[in-house]
Amino acid sequence: MRDLIIIGSGPAGLTAAITAAEHGLDILVIDEYLKPGGRLLGQLYEEPGGNWWNGIEESRKLAGRASSLGLDIRLGISVHNIEQIDGSWLVHADCETFETKSLLLATGAAEAPVAIPGWTLPGVMSVGAAQVMTNVHRVKPGQRGVIIGVNVLSSAIAMELKIADVEVAAIALPKTNQVNGKAANPSEVMNALLHVSHMAPSPLVKMGSKLMTNDFMKRMGITLYPKNGVRMWDIPVMLRKAVIRIEGTDQVEGVTLATVTAEGKIIPGTEEVIGCDFVCIAGGLYPLAELAALTGCPFYHIDELGGFVPLHSEDMRTPLDGLYVAGNITGIEGAKVAMSQGKTAALAIAKDHGQDIADTSLSEAVRQISSTRSDAHIQFHSEVEAGRRKLQEYWEQHAAGMRNVMV
Amino acid sequence: MTERILDHPVLGVLEPDQTVTFTFNGMKYEGRCGEPIAAALLAAGIRTLRHHEESGTPRGIYCNIGHCFECRVEVDGHQGVRACLTPVREGMVINGGGALPSPVRDWRKDNA
Repeated sequence: MRDLIIIGSGPAGLTAAITAAEHGLDILVIDEYLKPGGRLLGQLYEEPGGNWWNGIEESRKLAGRASSLGLDIRLGISVHNIEQIDGSWLVHADCETFETKSLLLATGAAEAPVAIPGWTLPGVMSVGAAQVMTNVHRVKPGQRGVIIGVNVLSSAIAMELKIADVEVAAIALPKTNQVNGKAANPSEVMNALLHVSHMAPSPLVKMGSKLMTNDFMKRMGITLYPKNGVRMWDIPVMLRKAVIRIEGTDQVEGVTLATVTAEGKIIPGTEEVIGCDFVCIAGGLYPLAELAALTGCPFYHIDELGGFVPLHSEDMRTPLDGLYVAGNITGIEGAKVAMSQGKTAALAIAKDHGQDIADTSLSEAVRQISSTRSDAHIQFHSEVEAGRRKLQEYWEQHAAGMRNVMV
Repeated sequence: MTERILDHPVLGVLEPDQTVTFTFNGMKYEGRCGEPIAAALLAAGIRTLRHHEESGTPRGIYCNIGHCFECRVEVDGHQGVRACLTPVREGMVINGGGALPSPVRDWRKDNA
């Protein structure tokens, strides 16, 4: 039996593995991907100050440190069930079943799809798929693409495609449907974009800062927004056009766009077809928490964190003995936050294994999560801190409830 | 069609790797040893990995990281293998699945 199994070798899982190994724990890391690094692998952006955040390089550093510590990392292994029996965790993988005292779930995030007519055609992929193809496998997803969904992730990846000399014909909204709500509403999307104005190109910010001072001006802003979009890194960002259909017989040949009102309603007669050979759907990220759901761990839906998250404390403990979480399974944030969560989780686990971890070093690690969050270059949700506070309140309520039961 | 990104302004030059030969639907292709099947096929201009079991419509990768199972293919006789996660190896025999028989539905068309 292992001391600790970590599921997921992304920034959270690898950092946790390194920290726990430094404290003498016997660890196994499992990941179903063929390389360590998780979604850190695909990341590539310029930080303020001109340094490039190169996910492949960062992953290599983490994996290098892990291997110098002699960590056992097994790739290409899928976990399909976990259960707790007699105080230990059984991890059922496709090849065998592993047993461990402690289990850390660092499974990351998944991308929410947006159903649009034609979306099953070959050539339609999630925006993350295009990122991985381009930056990790170095294969162009196509010659000319259209990105559906205007958000932080899609803007960042549009830029990455451009760097790799892949043409992005447009970034446009999805057609409004019963589930996509805000993501198809031009005014709401504009608000969200202005929050990440440090990433957006100057024309959008200039226009936005003038127009976003009050609700009336916001409506005016989106009403006056150029129909053919504002160019961001020379890519038209169309907040007044939505993709209503993906065209093609055997594979993607183009998309049909239509002009929409400030509320996202299609204006009849404005349809136009533009040609492309691939389409990226950017529906946003949500915590990939299925394995935690198998354990009976309580869940809460918190919009600011991207969806349902397993209940956990600031030091990454869940209410279940020996079960911990770190990274995007706890809420959608950047890789650096995931790393600091991984470190914190490892310290909590080492402490629970009787290692000499000072309370101050654990609380310092928790503080570092917050400061990493404040310094983050990319923020997926403007109110992420409020989301974290909400979850902390649920945790305190849960802990108080447990105390009452004990009494 | 698609192509490999040999020289990337930030990530640099793609390091040469061992070439492997495999077959997909009976045709011979080359890939870089260890890259996912889906990447090797896309680099060869192949987007359609299978046809849907019920409708027969074409499908390719969607999420590219193992979540969605849209890229499932048959590899060396094993069904339901994700082309986005599985490294391509020398001599691999890969087949994209097609529409499966639907005798009950077909019977209902004429009889129910």
